[in-house]
Amino acid sequence: MTLTKTPAAAALRWARRHVLDIDDWSRAEIEAVLETAGAMVEILGRPVRKAPPLRGKTVILFFAEASTRTRVSFELAAKALSADVTTITSSGSSVEKGETLLDTVRTLQALGGDVVVMRHASSGAPYFVAERSDAPVINAGDGWHAHPTQGLLDAYTLRAALGDLHEKRIVIVGDVLHSRVARSDIHTLVPLGARITLSGPPTLMPLAWRRGELPPCVTYEPDLDRALDGAHGVIALRLQKERQEGGLLPSLREYSHVWGLTASRVARMRPDAPVMHPGPMNEGVEIDAAVAHGARSLVETQVTNGVAVRMALLYLLVGTPLQEERP
Amino acid sequence: MSQPRAVLLSADDIRRAVSRIAHEIVERDRDLSALAIVGIRSRGDVLATRLRDAIRSHEGVSVPLGSLDITLYRDDLTRIGYAPVVHESALDFSVDDKVVVMVDDVLFTGRTIRAALDALVDYGRPRAIRLAVLVDRGHRELPIRADFVGKNVPTRPADDVRVHLVEVDGRDEVELVAREAVSA
Repeated sequence: MTLTKTPAAAALRWARRHVLDIDDWSRAEIEAVLETAGAMVEILGRPVRKAPPLRGKTVILFFAEASTRTRVSFELAAKALSADVTTITSSGSSVEKGETLLDTVRTLQALGGDVVVMRHASSGAPYFVAERSDAPVINAGDGWHAHPTQGLLDAYTLRAALGDLHEKRIVIVGDVLHSRVARSDIHTLVPLGARITLSGPPTLMPLAWRRGELPPCVTYEPDLDRALDGAHGVIALRLQKERQEGGLLPSLREYSHVWGLTASRVARMRPDAPVMHPGPMNEGVEIDAAVAHGARSLVETQVTNGVAVRMALLYLLVGTPLQEERP
Repeated sequence: MSQPRAVLLSADDIRRAVSRIAHEIVERDRDLSALAIVGIRSRGDVLATRLRDAIRSHEGVSVPLGSLDITLYRDDLTRIGYAPVVHESALDFSVDDKVVVMVDDVLFTGRTIRAALDALVDYGRPRAIRLAVLVDRGHRELPIRADFVGKNVPTRPADDVRVHLVEVDGRDEVELVAREAVSA
C-alpha cells in the first residue's frame, strides 16, 4: 500500500457538496456515512481521541436557534478531527441586532470557513446559505423541515443494536407534525429497509398522514399500545410544551397518560427492543424517568454516536475541494 | 500497450519469507511477553495475522494482534480531491511499553509508514516500534527503513508492485508490472 497511488479499490467518490436534507439520499450514501461513522466510534474509544484529517481547516458553527447538544456534538466532532472551530450563536451576535441572514452569509464568506454547520428556526434557511456559500453547508436542524445528522445517528444506533434494519418495525411517537427529527428519521430508516409506525395525537400529525396518505413503509396508529406491540424499537419525540398553548393538546398530563412511554408500555415491544429519544427529554411527559434511564434506553449511546456520525460527515465533506482551490 | 510482468515472489517464497521474518522477530526481541504485531490495512493486516500464527507455531506463544487503518493520517487528504474510504482500526490491547512490530506489504515512499507511526502513538507509548515488510522496493521520500524485509527489489518509480494474498485476492503472489515512466 502506497500513498502516491490512487487507491482504485473501493474508492468512495463522495459527490455531495452539502448536507441539507436526507430525503434525496441513496441507500449507498447513507451506508457510506454509517460505515465511516463506525471507524470514528473506534477513534472516540482511543486514549488519544483525535485524528488529523481536518488539520488546518476551520469549521464554523452558525447556530441561530437554541441548541446545546447538537452544537457541542458538532464541536467535539470537529475537534476530534483536528479542525479549528468558531461558533456564532444568535444571542450575543449581531443576529440579535436585526442582521439579516444575507448579511450573516456575507460575514461567513468573509471569515473563510471550510465548512459551515448551521441551525436555524426557519425551514429552508440552510438552502439559502448553501446557494451563496463557497463552503459546504451541513444542516444541523432547520425549522420543522429536517435534521439529517439526527436521522443518521438514530440509524447508526439502531443498526448497532438490531443489526440489519430490513423489515424491522420502529415506532416514532409524539409531535410528528412539528418534528424535523421524525421526518429525517423516516428518510434515513426507510431506505435501510425499516418500517415505521407513527403514533401520537391526531392534532400533532400532518393532515395528509392522518388521512392515510402516508409515505411508503410508514403507517399511523394513534393507539400507542397497539403501535408498540411486537415493535423492534421506539423513538420518543420531545413534546414542545408551547404546543399546549396553541390548543393542540388538552394537557400535558393527558398527553403523558395516553402517549407517554412507561415501563409497562415499553414491555409490549420485543425483548430488548431499544428506547431512543433525541433529547432533551421531558421526563414524566413523553417518557418516564425509569424508561429514560432503564436497561433498554440508548439515549446516552445516541449522544456518543452523534459525535461519530458528525465526524464522518465532516470528513466526507472536506474531501470536496473548495471552488477557489480548483485549478 | 504491453506491460511486462515478472513474478517477484511465488507462494512458496512468501511462505518462507513470513516464516523467516517470524524467526527474526523472535531473535531480535526474546521477551515475547512484550511483543505485539500490528498490520496496516488492507494487506499488512493479513501478513500480520500470518506472522502471529508463525510465531505461535514456532514458539507456542500467541502475541497480541491488531490492525491499523491509516486513511485519516494520510498527508495528501486535501490534495486528492475526494475522501477515501475509512475503515475501522482494531487495537484492543494497550501498546504501552510493548515492542510493536508494524507490518505492511510493500515499503515504497515511506509515507504510509509515517502515517502509521502517527496513528500508532495515538494508542499509547510503545517501548519500541519496528517495521516488517514483505517487499522493499526503494524510492523512499522520508527517512524510514524496515527492520525485517522479505525481499529487496530494485524498481523504477513508475513500476507497480502488486501483492496478492490468498485471504484477499485468492492467490499468493507478488508481481512487478513495469510501466513507461510517462504513460500516454
